[in-house]
Amino acid sequence: MTYSSLLAVIQTPHIDYTAILPELICIGGALALLLTGALAVRQLPTVVYTAMTVAISVAAVVSSLVLWHIVQLHGAFAAIAKSLAIDGFSVAFVLLASCVLVVAALAADGFLRREEVAGPEYYALALLSASGAMFMASANDLIVIFLGLEIMSIPLYILAGFDHRRQESGEASMKYFVLGAFSSAIFVYGIALTYGATGSTNLAEIASFLANNVLTSNALLLAGLGLLLVGFGFKIAAVPFHMWTPDVYEGAPTPATGFMAAIAKVGGFAALLRVFYSSFHTLAIDWQPVLFVMAILTLLTGAILGLVQRDIKRMLAYSSINHAGFVLLGLQAATASGVSASLYYVFVYAFLVLGSFTVIELVGKRGDRAHPIEGYRGLARREPFLALCLALLLLAQAGAPFTTGFLAKLYVVEAAVQAHSYALAVTAMLAGAIAADFELRVVFLMYGASAPAPAEATDAAPAFSIEGSLAVPDPVSSAPAPGASTGTLASAAVMTGHDLATVTVAGAAASERVEVPLLARAALVLTCGFTVVLGIWPAPLFAFVHAARLLF
Amino acid sequence: MHLFLASATLPDTITFAIAAAICIVGSLGVVVSTHPVHSALMLVMTLFGVAVLFVEENAQFLAAVQVIVYAGAIVVLFLFVIMLLGVDRAESIAADPLRGQRLTALLLGLLVLAEVVLLGRGRWPTGAHSTAGALNQGTKPNVNVLGTSIFTTFLLPFEITSALLVIAIVGAVVLARRPRRPVGGASSPIPSAKGLTGPPEAEGDDTDRGPLQMGVEDLEDSDGLEAGRPGVPATHGQEGSKS
Repeated sequence: MTYSSLLAVIQTPHIDYTAILPELICIGGALALLLTGALAVRQLPTVVYTAMTVAISVAAVVSSLVLWHIVQLHGAFAAIAKSLAIDGFSVAFVLLASCVLVVAALAADGFLRREEVAGPEYYALALLSASGAMFMASANDLIVIFLGLEIMSIPLYILAGFDHRRQESGEASMKYFVLGAFSSAIFVYGIALTYGATGSTNLAEIASFLANNVLTSNALLLAGLGLLLVGFGFKIAAVPFHMWTPDVYEGAPTPATGFMAAIAKVGGFAALLRVFYSSFHTLAIDWQPVLFVMAILTLLTGAILGLVQRDIKRMLAYSSINHAGFVLLGLQAATASGVSASLYYVFVYAFLVLGSFTVIELVGKRGDRAHPIEGYRGLARREPFLALCLALLLLAQAGAPFTTGFLAKLYVVEAAVQAHSYALAVTAMLAGAIAADFELRVVFLMYGASAPAPAEATDAAPAFSIEGSLAVPDPVSSAPAPGASTGTLASAAVMTGHDLATVTVAGAAASERVEVPLLARAALVLTCGFTVVLGIWPAPLFAFVHAARLLF
Repeated sequence: MHLFLASATLPDTITFAIAAAICIVGSLGVVVSTHPVHSALMLVMTLFGVAVLFVEENAQFLAAVQVIVYAGAIVVLFLFVIMLLGVDRAESIAADPLRGQRLTALLLGLLVLAEVVLLGRGRWPTGAHSTAGALNQGTKPNVNVLGTSIFTTFLLPFEITSALLVIAIVGAVVLARRPRRPVGGASSPIPSAKGLTGPPEAEGDDTDRGPLQMGVEDLEDSDGLEAGRPGVPATHGQEGSKS
């Protein structure tokens, strides 16, 4: 066969560039950042890369708004050989991913400068990860979902291990990578079984095959569906696939944790909602009970284990598990209003978690280690602005009225009640109340007692001196042999009184002021403003979510 | 012999039996052999057997890719890593790294076997059509059909795979990079903080962890890379001495 006759055979599909413009901007922007870093004659300051990233992500926001208007005017459509579905639902998630990028870039700038991390890699990876989440959101084919999942996850594995100075960071990266690779393999196997059962990987074709054919035995399809659910469950941190969450959230550098928490939920839930609600809607009677159990386990595990945490990043990890349960509530209802409620919840939660981790990043100080909850005691007096922001965001996470968090919880519970899942709705409210306990405890700590109790303080003093001598190893005075002896002493002290150690770290953290960079302040104002303004005046976001319909 | 293939001729069955035997012997060899290089070579044998099975299924392209990519590239990469880590180091498989690991593996393996047998007995309805049409369309061999579908139906997935390559390169650079200067102002890293204080990060602060944790620390520590790394920064010293 000659070359020209081959060309005649292959009819390449029409490529609609506006449909993938946000993704193209993100990937192209990442390449531009890397090229700038490579071609720069001398090391550019971090703020240059931050400015570029913010500009790129604002461009992605604008292009997804344009796409939104196209969809609202001309209706939804499938693009590029039907592998992408451009509808209100997908564009809403693409818009959310771009907004997450803007806030994450603003929040990360201060951290990168404080920890003296030079170079554009952090931002390039974040942009690539967001493009993966966008592909997941607009995918109309299981293979595109899988590729989006990998493009989103692999940069997240790397970002989790970005901090070379803390061993926990590498550990988190390794754990996330190994477990994530397993979950991806399971997801691919699910795709294979689904393909075997339906003859297609295209979501629309799967839906039409299932609508027009009655399967005499659907065991193969259900097995595939179950494996797909495992893959998604891992990404969104649903119980029992949540094991990695606390360790990875704790170990990853704090701005990366915030970005990961937001973007993984965006991409994971976008694809999960689309696959289960639109492709496998005919099988709802089969997957609803599974999601029922999963949602209850997720809600309760997140809420109960969050109670006993001493590290604020671990606490928020369990809180994020709890929130994933709430989002599952909307999907379990398997109604259009349920999916809208889930979309609303993910929208709200992405900003809440980004803002919360921005505050934690700033309070964490240089070295990114000061994260025990005790360190937040009396923060309101030392850092009124940070304490106010964190209090607002935590109140919203707990579901306080006049915040977006309240409406989000209200809508998903309402969807569950409308679907007659009363047990689930009651469990959700119960779990929400338990989670509110540990979320509000931090608020009380910040605004309540300002200093640790005197008894604790005196007990802590000797341990503090040993800890201090170890924490700042002086290259001149600490010869190996004395270092070893203090090491054993300190380890004994740490083993006997872990509380003391946390109190002393908190005391050390309390002594110096937190520097709040301008861009991080902007990120906080954006997230808190979003939470409060749209909590008091919810009509625009509500209308937006209602316009975000699925294609089929 | 209609057990394995619905319309199997005698040569088909014989080929299948031989290839399957190669696969099974190879995969047993991977697990059983004590020398890592032998394990890697046994893996080549298994992959080769799978390639033969692909040829038998008329998937010539897949068979070629199997040999070129898996046996050719990936196992060679394995061998590189084994050589770099020290080929003369024989692994002792007598001691279990995790307690009860073998028993669990055996039970789970039997469970999977039972599952496969159970699945193999049933006749599962599968979709009549496939997106790209039949594998071999008339005179067109499957290589052409696959190529066509990559540039038509699966154009977007094919193109966005390139993003993964960029991520892999950036990720490798980021993870392999060592910090210029550890945090805290100390200009030189502590020479042998790990050696002085025993195994790094043992039970130090496990107390504040939730009950549902998995131990990947074991995975990290067991390879012995961490301890011997030159640029361990000062803050690691604090971690090591806690344990």
